[in-house]
Amino acid sequence: MRVANEVKSILFAGVGGQGILRASDILCMVMMEAGMDVKKSEVHGMAQRGGCVTSHVRYGRKVYSPIAKKGDVDVLVSFEKLEALRYLDFLKPKCTIIINEKELYPPSVNLGDAYYPENIIAIIKRTFKSLKVVNASEIAIKAGDIRAENTALLGVLSHYLKIDISLWEKVIRKSFPEKAIAANLKAFHMGRVS
Amino acid sequence: MKSLMSGNEAIARGAYEHGVRFASGYPGTPSTEIIETFAGYDGVYAEWSPNEKVALEVGIGAALAGAKALVTMKHVGVNVAADPLFTASYTGTNGALVIITADDPSLHSSQNEQDNRNYAKFAKIPMLEPADSQEAKDYIKIAFDMSEQFDTPVFLRTTTRVSHSKSVVTIEKPKSIKDHIGIYFNVAKYVMVPVYARARRLEIEKKLQKLRDFAENFSENKIEIINPEFGIITAGMSYNYAKDVFPDYSYLKLGMVYPLPEKMIRTFASQVKKLYVIEELDPFIEEQVKAMGIEVTGKELFPYTNEFDPGVIESSLKSDKTVTLRLADVTIPPRPPNLCPGCPHRGLFYVLGKLKVFVAGDIGCYTLAYMKPLEGIHSCICMGASIGMAHGMSKALKDKGKGKVVGVIGDSTFIHSGIIPLLNMSYNKSDAVIVICDNRTTAMTGMQDHPATGYTLQGEKTKELNFVELASALGIDSVHVIDPYDIKATRQVLQEELSKPGPSVIISRRSCVLFKRSAKDEKKPLKVNADTCVGCKTCVSLGCPPISWKKFEDTAPMKRTQGSKKQKGVAFIDSSLCTGCTVCQQVCKIGAIVEVD
Repeated sequence: MRVANEVKSILFAGVGGQGILRASDILCMVMMEAGMDVKKSEVHGMAQRGGCVTSHVRYGRKVYSPIAKKGDVDVLVSFEKLEALRYLDFLKPKCTIIINEKELYPPSVNLGDAYYPENIIAIIKRTFKSLKVVNASEIAIKAGDIRAENTALLGVLSHYLKIDISLWEKVIRKSFPEKAIAANLKAFHMGRVS
Repeated sequence: MKSLMSGNEAIARGAYEHGVRFASGYPGTPSTEIIETFAGYDGVYAEWSPNEKVALEVGIGAALAGAKALVTMKHVGVNVAADPLFTASYTGTNGALVIITADDPSLHSSQNEQDNRNYAKFAKIPMLEPADSQEAKDYIKIAFDMSEQFDTPVFLRTTTRVSHSKSVVTIEKPKSIKDHIGIYFNVAKYVMVPVYARARRLEIEKKLQKLRDFAENFSENKIEIINPEFGIITAGMSYNYAKDVFPDYSYLKLGMVYPLPEKMIRTFASQVKKLYVIEELDPFIEEQVKAMGIEVTGKELFPYTNEFDPGVIESSLKSDKTVTLRLADVTIPPRPPNLCPGCPHRGLFYVLGKLKVFVAGDIGCYTLAYMKPLEGIHSCICMGASIGMAHGMSKALKDKGKGKVVGVIGDSTFIHSGIIPLLNMSYNKSDAVIVICDNRTTAMTGMQDHPATGYTLQGEKTKELNFVELASALGIDSVHVIDPYDIKATRQVLQEELSKPGPSVIISRRSCVLFKRSAKDEKKPLKVNADTCVGCKTCVSLGCPPISWKKFEDTAPMKRTQGSKKQKGVAFIDSSLCTGCTVCQQVCKIGAIVEVD
């Protein structure tokens, strides 16, 4: 008898410079600490200069592909509102979507050639029921470090994953310089209960 | 100990654990982090060479002196290194030489999608292909052992998804190093004049036969028979994608993609009913399997272009296509990569775009200036092509091209392969103008040093190449240095040089805005004074990310206070993103852009 090998897929999406790769690194290390096989994938280089950034994280007993196929993502964490729309076809019908309220305008919007869609949340709600909208910058500022937006979003994510909180704390402590640890832990906890 | 590592980090770690202490390369996505990681280990020598050809020659030299040498490059870098590559195959390596070719299916950060497995066959060099980070770490060790055993360079091929994916790796202690360093004289083996090269040519064929035999028993060529109905021959990341969607099919996973284990393939083919080859890009394995007279299905079903993912493989093989959800019925504006806020290239390309000249471009961040609204680059082929192309175009155009042809090239790219073409310009009396976009670093790949930064890879101070003196020495009489943050001077110097006969070089010098070593002058961010802005969009035409333009009806509390009746909106600057470079302030004719108080 083969034991079912359930692999979960989490997709981080946003814009270059938002701390997405760091966030997905932290999630991977948490899963590794939890004794799971884990793989992640992202693209560096030219694609990173202010463009779209995604990072796939997949974990389970044994993971083969580091990227999820379309229709197979369990949780989408979008660091920017518009970016959530770009990857809806990657999601399972019954998935969780976490969206940071932040709006960053693409060049065509800045030039006045295109519109930044107005009703993003409503559009997503039409198809997906489990949707959590947060203001991660506000949390980060309250926590004492504007750059802690990514840990705030990890906090929100942690609420949906059954992983011991101490593992998250342990990895966060290891992932930041001494002076940034307190604010990141605070942002994480504020995100978790938001 | 377990650690989470990218494929690139794992290659560096594996090499270090295996006693490799010598590495050279040229930065190129997705290969760059191998050397950067390796350089951090104790007791190693690691260098950024000026280009891949030099990097390989450095590696060949080290190997001839008995070292284990690691040479890294991206796929197109192997084109540059191809000359020494093909003959190093003849000479063999004495020590050990492993060349990493990091391919980029889907062209995430490249100008083409070439499949470098072809180089293995072409240069008659064996090639290994790992599928994840643990294999990357294991295979680099095998590659060095094979190089020593067979006295040949060995390729280790990665793709972007192997190089930049992270997975769990078991860290081991570095093994003790046996030192074979010394001077070895062997003219018949290392002097490739026809008489010796002919003899070595025969040796290569013998070596390849030995490698074919080795492949038959190679531990990383693995047959997994599960369901005998379907058999898949695959290698590298494609194996993971296929296993993800078809865990119960049978597999021949090839750890070595050249030469292939013919007997093993025949055995596998005889054990399954229907045989497929799943490989990204070229039908490299498929054609060889077909040449063996074995019936196999490959590119009839699977795409030739772009990287795969589990979904691509599933939908190519399954007739009942999974229906994806019909979702957002809204236009999603694209978000292409863009020059950063405060990027020094922006001022230069704003001016070039307005001059209505043909700009032969090159490889680097500045290539992004081809896009709207700057539209300041009109060609991009390969590293260093800008200078030769500008010269050729100018010669072909004769009088029609006077004052109309510019070549632009980055500092690192110029050193990589722009110096010789510039010499050609002075030798063959060119009329084109060359701009060296000198941002003091190799920015695109993440701030690597090069001969004009004055620092080595390992952070030591060294000789700093002087572009002005170099251009003069190459015979360019007119050499100017400009600051691209100064729009007026940039325009003036460009116009003057374009109006003169003869070649000239303009060095557009300003550090990359993300580069920490030289980021010292903190400038105040800017904002738009909405009361004075006339909504002309000139600042918006710089394409700077913090600058946007909004219609009055979209700016809720704001009412039009000034300007002509035609004015439809105003510009905004997101001061939190602004670096205060003042380029927008200089192009604003009415002085509506001011410092944030």
